[in-house]
Amino acid sequence: MSAASKVVLVTGVSRDLGRRCARALAAAPGIDRVIGVDVVPPRGDIGEVSFVRADIRNPVIAKVIAKEDVDTVVHMSVIATPGSAGGRHTMKELNVIGTMQLLAAAQQAPGLRHLIVKSTSTVYGASNRDPAMFTEEMEPRRAPRSGYAKDAAEVEGYVRGFSRRRPDVRVTLLRCANVIGPHVQSPITSYFRLPVVPTVLGFDPRLQFLHQDDLIGVLRHAALDGPSGVFNVAGDGVLMLSQAIRRLQRSSVTLPGFAVGGLGSVLRQARLAEFSPEQLGFLTYGRGIDTTRMRTDLGFEPRWTTAGAFEDFSRSLTRTGGYATRVIDSASRLVDPAAIELTEVPRG
Amino acid sequence: MGDAEIIPIGTRGRPGRGTGNARPSSAARNLAGGTPPTQSSSADDSVPPPPTPPRKAAPPKQAAPAPPPVPPATTRERAPLAGITPGEWLGAFQFAAKELFGEQWEPQLARLLFFLRRRVTGDYAVDEYGFDAEITERFLMTALRPIAEKWFRIEVIGADNIPTEGGALVVSNHSGTLPMDALMTLVTVHDHTGRHLRPLGADLVFQMPVVSSLARKSGATLACGEDAERMLAGGELVGVWPEGFKGIGKPYSERYKLQRFGRGGFVSAALRTGVPIIPLSVVGAEEIYPLVGNVPSLARLLGVPYIPITPFFPLLGPLGLVPLPSKWLLEFGEPIRTDEFDEGAADDPMLVFNVTDQVRETIQQTLYSLLMQRDSVFKGSRQREAQLPE
Repeated sequence: MSAASKVVLVTGVSRDLGRRCARALAAAPGIDRVIGVDVVPPRGDIGEVSFVRADIRNPVIAKVIAKEDVDTVVHMSVIATPGSAGGRHTMKELNVIGTMQLLAAAQQAPGLRHLIVKSTSTVYGASNRDPAMFTEEMEPRRAPRSGYAKDAAEVEGYVRGFSRRRPDVRVTLLRCANVIGPHVQSPITSYFRLPVVPTVLGFDPRLQFLHQDDLIGVLRHAALDGPSGVFNVAGDGVLMLSQAIRRLQRSSVTLPGFAVGGLGSVLRQARLAEFSPEQLGFLTYGRGIDTTRMRTDLGFEPRWTTAGAFEDFSRSLTRTGGYATRVIDSASRLVDPAAIELTEVPRG
Repeated sequence: MGDAEIIPIGTRGRPGRGTGNARPSSAARNLAGGTPPTQSSSADDSVPPPPTPPRKAAPPKQAAPAPPPVPPATTRERAPLAGITPGEWLGAFQFAAKELFGEQWEPQLARLLFFLRRRVTGDYAVDEYGFDAEITERFLMTALRPIAEKWFRIEVIGADNIPTEGGALVVSNHSGTLPMDALMTLVTVHDHTGRHLRPLGADLVFQMPVVSSLARKSGATLACGEDAERMLAGGELVGVWPEGFKGIGKPYSERYKLQRFGRGGFVSAALRTGVPIIPLSVVGAEEIYPLVGNVPSLARLLGVPYIPITPFFPLLGPLGLVPLPSKWLLEFGEPIRTDEFDEGAADDPMLVFNVTDQVRETIQQTLYSLLMQRDSVFKGSRQREAQLPE
């Protein structure tokens, strides 16, 4: 670990999280230079990060790695939704071909010491046969057939291939739970930002969140001295979807599963919300990932719990529901306030 | 038609049976409370005043107007709501609150509102399996307890075989067409030990709407090796029904014959975590919905293991879903220790098969002896349990 001359290459800096992560890495002690790579320039302030406009889908990226003498690559341009990139076709090309090219370039770089890939817990899928908590060794019960989950699974396949061919490079694969935060634009945040949140009739999935600060924290931690291996990363605890919606004080509507899927595709086509198809499975069956290894092997401790991260996210939202709370509050006013204070104490 | 005879109908307010006779029978006169029948009195006067005292919130009685000589058939509003003052409403509310919550109604009501507020704002915690202890205790257990105690009159033998702390695996026979025995075991274990039994359910449970979310909230998780080991290692009391659908959906003629115990996965989980296995034998659940038929083609179409036909089920519609009130006996057997085996015992198939057979035989033998003890399928009270220490 030549900490004195660490040069980090970050992909996908045009997106908000990538940009923030690159800035955080640039500010970290022990990192000399951070090079941000993307097809389009980032919109916000990138601080000390030097931006190189390059497409990871073509071999130019190899020249960047060789010329700048990069020793750490942080790959975080696996995207969940097409968003600004275009259609599903572009998204797949960006995710899969981009990773292939990047890894091919990295394989040719003799100076490379460390590869960090931000993957997702979506690779575990979501089904009724899932164990309560996925550990890193577990496979998805149903192999993903489309969309983001399939892309992520293919990306992970290439990363495994890379680590076989370059055993001298430490490969850290981070499977992050749904990243949430006031600035995050992702399928799950745009779902919760809907004025009326649709839920699947008769199902109450378990959700786990990772705060955006913790995502940046774990990437920085991994870039500085992360061991090689696969790690689940998520905040502590789980929230049920019904509980999350109640905490948001948002109104919800319960629909049968197929109707939620149909509504999702309508919203996607109307570009009102980034509702990805594999999200329906997640909103039906939920998912939990075990983060024991994140603590013991990776040595990372998230600052936000799932509930805390969600609370921070909910501050950026206006409440659209919460009528029941208001009714109860007005009923509570009828009762002697001294009696209520009596009951507040013995709880918990 | 001019000379039509007029036949009087009714008694015009006089006691009697409407025979048209001027003088009612003596029995009818006694009923009228001794008041002498007068020809000219109205219907109101002859009816005796009601014996019940007036209610608290009742309106003040209005003085009845003087009846006209010939009473017309009219209706009168007897309790006009307009006559209730806000003070009376408040008094009635306080009275109702006292009736509902007792003398300490104010803190009680405040506590209820506080609880409702916490639920509505999502301010409660669930564990990583989605188990909501509060809802389970407050609603599920409260709803199931009368069924367990009054309907099935569950009698428990050997409840002290359940460890009070640490992981343990309760292995039970499965029967009764619907998993009523699992629910009853949940409430029985909770009431006898104060611990929550965490059931392991088939994947079908987590596929069905409503059932799936209820199962997670009441502490269930998927019956797979990973979850079983995780729960046992976490020190939970885990319940498993290894017969699965083969046991629960077996015909009535095969009652109390244990089916195959899966692949012994539950034994491997117990061996890996070194927790004791507690065999549980349930007698009585077989009789609640006697399964006499099945519609395999329809079951295949709907993707469920069986479509039950009981003597009452499709015949009486929803009424057929009421379980028959059989008398239940639950016997928790001696714990089978698994911490004495070697390190790799869980990977030794022969050992796993042997322990599985041992558990299965124990449950089968206990079932037979319990059946001998039981006098009748439906008769019996909870008397024997009263002698047991709670």
